[in-house]
Order: sequence, then C-alpha cells, then structure tokens
Amino acid sequence: MIRITTSDRYNITPIRSFMTNAASLGAGVLAVSLIFIAAGVNPLYAVSQIFIESFGSVYGIKETITKAIPLILIGAGLTLAFRAKFWNIGAEGQMLMGAIFATWTAQHLGNTLPPAIMVPLIFTAGFAGGALWGIIPAILKIKYAINEVITTLMLNYICAEFLTMLIVGPWKGKTRFGFPGTDALPDAAILGVLPGSRIHYATLILALVCSVGLCVLIYRTRFGYEARVVGENPDAGKYAGIDFLKTSLILMAISGGLAGFAGVGEVAGIHHYLGYPASVSSGYGFTAIIVAWLAKLNPLYAIMSGLFFAGIIVGGDAIQISLGLPAATVEIVNGILLIFLIMGNYFLYHKVQIRRNRA
Amino acid sequence: MEEIIISTIQRTMVAGTPLLLATTGEVINERAGILNLGVEGIMAVGAVTAFIITMTTGHPWLGVVAAMGAGVAVSLIHAFASVTLQANQVVSGLALTMLGLGLSGMMGKPYVGRPLAVKMDDVAIPFLSDLPWIGKALFHQSPFLYLAIGLAIAAWFFLERTRVGIQIRSTGENPKATETQGVNVSLIRYACVLTGGAFSALAGAHLSISYSSSWVEGMTAGRGWIAIALTIFALWNPGRAIFASFIFGGIFVLQYLLQPLGISPNFLAMLPYLSTLLILLAISFKDPRRLNAPAWLGAVYKRGER
Repeated sequence: MIRITTSDRYNITPIRSFMTNAASLGAGVLAVSLIFIAAGVNPLYAVSQIFIESFGSVYGIKETITKAIPLILIGAGLTLAFRAKFWNIGAEGQMLMGAIFATWTAQHLGNTLPPAIMVPLIFTAGFAGGALWGIIPAILKIKYAINEVITTLMLNYICAEFLTMLIVGPWKGKTRFGFPGTDALPDAAILGVLPGSRIHYATLILALVCSVGLCVLIYRTRFGYEARVVGENPDAGKYAGIDFLKTSLILMAISGGLAGFAGVGEVAGIHHYLGYPASVSSGYGFTAIIVAWLAKLNPLYAIMSGLFFAGIIVGGDAIQISLGLPAATVEIVNGILLIFLIMGNYFLYHKVQIRRNRA
Repeated sequence: MEEIIISTIQRTMVAGTPLLLATTGEVINERAGILNLGVEGIMAVGAVTAFIITMTTGHPWLGVVAAMGAGVAVSLIHAFASVTLQANQVVSGLALTMLGLGLSGMMGKPYVGRPLAVKMDDVAIPFLSDLPWIGKALFHQSPFLYLAIGLAIAAWFFLERTRVGIQIRSTGENPKATETQGVNVSLIRYACVLTGGAFSALAGAHLSISYSSSWVEGMTAGRGWIAIALTIFALWNPGRAIFASFIFGGIFVLQYLLQPLGISPNFLAMLPYLSTLLILLAISFKDPRRLNAPAWLGAVYKRGER
C-alpha cells in the first residue's frame, strides 16, 4: 500500500523557487516530447534543435534578442498587473493600439522632424495608445465589477478589427498595390538596428530600463506596495484606505503602455509600416503571460524568461520549417510549459511524501 | 420579406447553438466554484476531433462521442491543476486555451481544406416542422440545436431541483460547510469540470460537422470567451442561458444582415465582442452586487483549512 502525504512548506528560499521552476520546465519538456512522438518526430532531435536554432549560433541569438524585446516589455508590465491580481489578457490589443497611435503620429508629422525628436514622440504616442486601451478594463472592473479577463480579451478582438478597418480603408497605402497596409513610415520614425541584425536597440534599451524601473516601483515605492496589497489582501487594502480605482488605473496604464511600446517597436523597428494585426502582434501578448509567470512576477526576471521564450519562438519556427511541423507547434509548447509551471507551484508550497506502509 | 424573417430566425438558432452548449457547460463549472477559462481551447479540440473522426469513419455521431471524450480528457488537466494541485484557476484556464488551440492546429493540419463527405444532417420534427413560418425555422434544424436546448433544460432541472444539484451549488457557495455535510467536494468539482468540458467540446463539434463541414484553424473565433461572458449574462442559470445564447446568436446573424448596407465588414465583425462588453455593463447597472455569482468562484479551496 502506497500512501501520499502532503504538508505545507513555509521555508521558501529563492533557490528552491528556482529549482522548482527548472524542474517544472524539465517535466514540461518531457510532455512536449510526447507530443513530438505523436507527430512522428524524434523528440530528442526536435527539442535539442529548438535550442540550437535559437541560442546555438550568432544569427540565432540575434533573432532571439529581437523577439525578446516585445516579450520583455509586455512581460514586465504584466508582472505589475498580475501582482495586483489584475488578469490583463489584453496585451495583444494594447500592443496594437500602441502601434496604431505611433503610426498615426509618424504619418502625420512626416519628415518634418529629426529622428531625435520623432522617435521619442512615437514611443510616447504608443504608450498613450496602449495605456488608453489598458485603463478601459480597469474602469470597468473597479467601477462596474466587470471581470477583466473577459473585457481585456474582447478589447483584443475589437482592436484587431479596428486596425484592419483602418488598413483596408482610410489608411490604405498608395504604394501597397491594393494590398492592405499603410505606406512606409517616414525615415525619421524608423528605428536604427545593430549592424547585421534586426535588433532595434532603442526598444531593447527601453525594455531593459522599464524592467529595472518596474522592479524599483514594485519593491521600493508606496504605489508598488499598494498594488501588492490590492492583489494579496484586498480587504486589508480597503481598511487601509487604498484607492482601488486609482491604483488599478495607474497599473493598467503602465501595463498597457509597455505593451504599447512593444507595438511601436514592431512597427517602427521591424515592419516599417502598419500591416495586418496578426503580423504586428504575432501572439506576443499571450506568450508574455507565460513570461511573467516564469519570472515569478518579478519584472527583473522577465528579462531572462523573455529571452527563454523568445528562444522557443525562434527555435520553434525553425523546426517547424525543417521538420514540417504545423505553425501551432510553438503554441502547444507554450501551453504545456505554462501548465507544468503552475502545477509545479504546488510542490513549492507543499511537501509531498510517498510512503510505503504495511497494511 | 417572409423568407428573410424565416431565414434570420433559422440562422439565429444555428449561431446560438454552440454558445448555448458552451455556456451551459461553463455554468455547471462555475456553480461548483471552478472558473474554467479553457472553454475556447476545449471547443477547438472538440471541433477538430469531431471532424477527424467523422471524416475517417463516416459517422457524425461517432465524431460527437469522440469529441466529448477529447473534451473530458483535456479538461481533466484543468480539474487536476485547480482541484488537486490548488493552482491559480485563471492561469490554468489560459494555459488550457493555449494548449487546446495549439493541439487543434496540429491535429487538424492534414485536414485543412478537405470538405466532409457526410455531415450531421438536419432533422425535421414530424408535424411541428410543417407549421407555417416557425416550422422550418425552429423544427427543421441540426440535432445539435435540440441537444443544446435539451441539455440546458436538463442542467437547470439537475442544478435546481435535485439533491446532487444542491450539493454542487453549495460546493460553489461554501465548500467548507459542504464538506462537513459529508459531501466529497473534490469529487463534485472534478465531475463538474469534466462535464463542462464535454459540453464545450460538443459546441466545437457543432461548428465543424454541422454548422460548417470543414476544419479551419481558429474556427472557434472567440466563441468560447463569449460563452464565459454569457455565463454572467445568464446569472449562472442554465435556463436563462437559453435566452442569452440566442440573443447573441442574433447578433452574429446581424453582421450578415447589415452587410448589404455598406457598413465596413470589420466594424460588423466587432459587433459580438462589442455587445459582450455592453451587455456586461448593462447587467452591472442593474445588479451591481452580482447577487448570483457563486461565492467561492475561482478561489482555492484547501481541505481541512480553517
């Protein structure tokens, strides 16, 4: 007779926390291997190939960093929202709204301004767009008690349709030969890249600065403390007189705004014009949820976990082509890893023992 | 004019069917206190499973059974994570949606663009379908429609009028008190999550083998999320879910009705999502305290903890 006993664990050290995450990811990779076997692919080859393609060459590393930029930005912003238990699933839409605002600003100003003014201007516009799309669910949640998971998600769909409406209609470019999409952004708004790569360094620096800044905000300021109280003990927060509306508005403006930054980076750094929503956001808003979770809701760790998941995207895209796997492969890998990460959490807070007792 | 009205009613019923199935499933989930945000993913897995089995065997009903089995299997992950491992239900559900959408894309890849030879045939109910006007619109429809309405009524009766139903509801309201009554809270929650999963998968099956007869990646198009919103609109009551779902079915149909007027198709495509927001807002104005939401919805329940 085998008995499983569980007891609570209170001494949670950073090392144990890290090891739990690592073990969860390991178990997740094993589960992913089963999927690969089912798809008729050698799992050892596929999994090793994912990491070789993303981290094993200079080209791979460059691409990984490029794709890590939006993931770090959005993931760091989500750590703040999730800490307050504000489940922002709408980063996709907030990112798109940022891209729309930035495109509008750039196209209207044209080449009248030097890049030194233009670039900060489009980033500001992008932040404003993302923040605007982020505070709507905050108002709806605090003032009208409407579940933010649903509102943020609905706003994703609405923004994607709105963007499509713009690029097939009033914003359709004359140089696109009838295809949907705006004309190219003016040169002054195009972000510089590191030589021989697609790394738009302005956004990369912004992402790193935002992660560090958010870390300070969460752990070293009154606002960060209030946001954590709202998430961990809302009743105590109410008695302490925390203004839930104000706190939620600020944290969603930041979370949405950072997603807006990511949208600006994609449009001005990668595509150089506003195209279909799927090509602008590419699912970064959803992947960033896992980035934030793997980072244990610490914005500083979002840099590492952002790079990790960017690697999975790059490697996943590569093996998808070389092994003839469907485009959904990356999604499956992400979904499984997230499931194992949250399941692993149980073993961080509980001691599970398997005992053999004679019956 | 008569033709347009009849076809509008008919299409409303068709569009509302998957919403009703998924909403009923989510009501059962949430009444037991478990929030399942994986509906969209389970629906996608159900759709692709039903399609593959129907195509390979030629029997749509086998496809339906297989889809329900797949739905149960996928939602077992959520049940294990949220009941046994006490994981965060929001994140677990999201993970399930990602996994489900991904899996459906992978499984369905060889079947993209291949139409089904035999789909689920519509059924004409004797006598009733001969009625003028409503006969054709309401009683000559996909079996999924009858199934959806039947299951919603059955779920209502089960939840509101039976002993187990009371146990389910009290599990969602106060699991601790329920446990002291000698009820196995975990068992009830597992059963409700798995049943809800089977319902969501049925909704998916309707999309791939009855509504259309082909598999397209992403064909669920946010219907799973709308069903979660409809659960609130229905005030966690499967009876009200019937009305809620067909109102939304009507909004889906409205898109096509308004298209000839020269309104941007992208704006019309926003309508279901926009209406979801507006309806939730309207409910909030009417009942700001959310009287009907199960008290323990989404909260972790730890056995033996005070």
